[in-house]
Amino acid sequence: MSIASTSVIQIIPRTRRGVELFLLLIAVGISVGAYVNIGITAQGGVPASTGLYAAGIGLLALVAHLALRFRAPYADPVILPCAVLLNGLGVAMIHRLDLGLTSVGKTKGVPFAPQQITWTAVGVVLFVAVIIIIRDHRRLQAFTYTLGLVGLVLLVLPLVPGLGVNIHGASIWIRVAGMSFQPGEFAKVCLVIFFAGYLVVKRDVLTLAGRRFLGLDLPRARDLGPILVAWLVSLGVLVFESDLGSSLLFFGLFLFLLYVATERAGWLIIGGLLFAGGAFFAFQTIGHVHKRITDWLDPLAIEGGQIAGGMMGQAWGGILGRGLGQGQPYRTLFSNSDMIISSMAEELGLTGLIAILLVYTLIIERGLRTALGCRDIFGKLIATGLAMSFSLQVFVIVGGVTGLIPLTGLATPFMTLGGTSLVANWAIIALLLRISDQARRPQTPAAPVSDETIAMAVQKQ
Amino acid sequence: MNAAIRKLAVAAMVLMLALMANSTYLQAFRSNELNSRNDNARVRDSQFSIDRGPILIGNMPIASSKPVDDRFKYQRTYSNGPVYAPVTGYYSYIFGRAGIELNQNSELNGSDPSLAFRRIIDVISNRPQQGASVSLTLNAPAQLAAYKAMGNKKGAVVAIEPKTGKILALVTTPSYDPNQLAGHDLDKVAADWKKLGADPDKPTTNRAVRETYPPGSTFKLVTAAAALSSGKYTPETKTNSPAELPLPQTTTPLVNENRQNCGGSNTATLTIALRYSCNTAFGSVGLDIGADALREQAAKFGFGERQLPELSGVASAFPGDPNPPQTAQSAIGQFDVRATPLQMAMVAAGIANKGEVMKPYLVQNVKTANLKTVSETKPESLHQAITPEVAAQLTGMMVDVVKNGTGKKGQIDGIDVAGKTGTAQTSPERPPFAWFTAFAPANDPQIAVAVMIESANVARNDIAGGALAAPVSKAVMEAVLKR
Repeated sequence: MSIASTSVIQIIPRTRRGVELFLLLIAVGISVGAYVNIGITAQGGVPASTGLYAAGIGLLALVAHLALRFRAPYADPVILPCAVLLNGLGVAMIHRLDLGLTSVGKTKGVPFAPQQITWTAVGVVLFVAVIIIIRDHRRLQAFTYTLGLVGLVLLVLPLVPGLGVNIHGASIWIRVAGMSFQPGEFAKVCLVIFFAGYLVVKRDVLTLAGRRFLGLDLPRARDLGPILVAWLVSLGVLVFESDLGSSLLFFGLFLFLLYVATERAGWLIIGGLLFAGGAFFAFQTIGHVHKRITDWLDPLAIEGGQIAGGMMGQAWGGILGRGLGQGQPYRTLFSNSDMIISSMAEELGLTGLIAILLVYTLIIERGLRTALGCRDIFGKLIATGLAMSFSLQVFVIVGGVTGLIPLTGLATPFMTLGGTSLVANWAIIALLLRISDQARRPQTPAAPVSDETIAMAVQKQ
Repeated sequence: MNAAIRKLAVAAMVLMLALMANSTYLQAFRSNELNSRNDNARVRDSQFSIDRGPILIGNMPIASSKPVDDRFKYQRTYSNGPVYAPVTGYYSYIFGRAGIELNQNSELNGSDPSLAFRRIIDVISNRPQQGASVSLTLNAPAQLAAYKAMGNKKGAVVAIEPKTGKILALVTTPSYDPNQLAGHDLDKVAADWKKLGADPDKPTTNRAVRETYPPGSTFKLVTAAAALSSGKYTPETKTNSPAELPLPQTTTPLVNENRQNCGGSNTATLTIALRYSCNTAFGSVGLDIGADALREQAAKFGFGERQLPELSGVASAFPGDPNPPQTAQSAIGQFDVRATPLQMAMVAAGIANKGEVMKPYLVQNVKTANLKTVSETKPESLHQAITPEVAAQLTGMMVDVVKNGTGKKGQIDGIDVAGKTGTAQTSPERPPFAWFTAFAPANDPQIAVAVMIESANVARNDIAGGALAAPVSKAVMEAVLKR
């Protein structure tokens, strides 16, 4: 291939929808393969429902793909297949745990897998809705303060008497009509948009050089207002909802966006110190947080504890894993929710776990790539926020499960059993893809050039 | 702004790498540690469901796994359970393992590094993991004879092949049935376990190797060995053997059990002193050669070392720094001298084997499921405890004990038995321990035995102890010699 032809390829914007379709086929194939594998090892044969499962997940993937093809043709081709893969594997593991829990007589609420598939469908519907309704993410800027308010309301909703419920020590749930929701998952999206809209307006003020100290540009004291507000809110979450993970997530997101908007590392230092202070305060004063931290320091001290169970499951899995359907992940408490990543690690091994983490990494880095390519500051900040929310969330929950940091009850994106998180993650992916469509679209409006045309163009030279 | 986003992208990568590094540490490097934890139910379950290798005596399995149709797939079965219980131990889902089941676990379940190649073959050919078989040195007739001879007496019997150190018999009574603990009906297992634990006779205690007792007069063999080795004594050397031996630093004298002097003499020879098991004679010999010489001699027979790790054996002990009266007491196996029945069998075996104590062992070989030998135990010398000359002198003295002395009940028709009785008391309230340790035939020893009977309800003298323990020894020896 000549240099000329390379440059031709570079200047022709391509939709890459064909690539996405191909990757989706792989993702669906792996998910269905996992389902069949579990059937063979745990049920003694290819399950009769395989066709239905394959059709269901295939259809959902196809619907999402078509929405992109028609409404966001330049969207990133990797993110959707990654999401489908994680979601499909998650459903397969939840199904596997249904079988395992039934086998040891823990049938409360079983089966969970159909529930999760239903929520996946709801998630994909929301995905399509976001793609269709939000034609241009910049319109969201008009709702900056509205969304900020909505985000705050969602955040404090679990504290409303009669609505919020405390599950396993943390008050991050509400119960409506018999179903539990984690409003924080949606609050996260609203707050990212709010932070972005707010920072677009205020970044110039915040960027004004303050004082230089030890090689760092520190902001002026009076500009500290917003960060203090964000800190107090996250501290409020910590104190009143007893959830270190959510608190870290919200404050971390704000800090990252502040840093990106101002490009001043000083904010990170100040924020980091504030958070460390808050966390120490919580450790000293909040029993639940204190317990989480002592459990983390000596996870094996509690016989039958969930971290101990998860760690032993992972050790039992070893490097290559027990094989799907052949481990005993159902032994761990919350094996299909908080601890699902250790269930994965037990049956798929270190190898499978790292593969899953790499898929998450792909989503995160693709999201940040979108932020780099985005042409408007608002879009950049939203994409960064959404990608980093993934990063933080995966780090906090996987780190907690594997004993790297204290465990908190955040959801493992796309995998954890539970509707709110799954649906919210599909919305996040839709937003990211919407922005990436804008970022990758040719600047002068031009008719999309399909992969086939380029291939022909290359061949001709 | 893009510079900051790029930095965040790097930060996100670092977070992910941290997760991967931590998981690698957990799953690749810490997995062995976590998998060997007792509270690890996964490992417990899967190990319990393995086609575990059998424990064999010759070709006869005394523990084997039989396929069953329940959650655990295999039922561990012990044939003649109570007879072999102190050796096989048990394998319980709830209460773990003991004995060979515990100490040869990795061979029996097939996870031992020496079986790695075999395991790879199993994985490739998609066969379930199969354990190796463990063959024991036990002699089945000897073991059965010992168990039968003990009857409902509480105590232990250990028989050793002097030339090799092979354990020929290892019995403790009362015993228990390991099948009870290996059951899959876990509630019943728990109930049986509770019952065993509550039994005041402690049937799960391995009295042969895991408990130490005052060896009493059988320890006089060690004292005699030290005396003969010192060069100051021969079997004919006269000793100070009054009815009462006044001890320095105390007003309590050392007395002979019958409150008389030794065989009618106040200066009995060493041979006579051993024949009648005179406390005053050996007390004075002990004082003469000193505690250090006694301790050194005891150590050469294996005191102070943990013997038979296959059964988690414990060490026998000679007191650290006894004063003279304590030394005299120690020389006759009282005060703080503590020995396992295994240790006293080793003393007899050492004398039998021309002074060379062989390391006792129980596992003859380990073979894979397709009969390939993985390991074979070779006899190993532990210590040269005494010279062959001293061993010959001691043998002569011990033959005299059985022929003319306290050990007459240990005699076997047509075979010279060399032996020593013992009766050890700890406190006036509790009945004494009756001991007999011996080997035979004296001219070509094939078997050395130690018998300890814990609560012998008989008179507190050596003849009584010998009367109780020697017949057990005789039964075991006959099982091996008269075939």
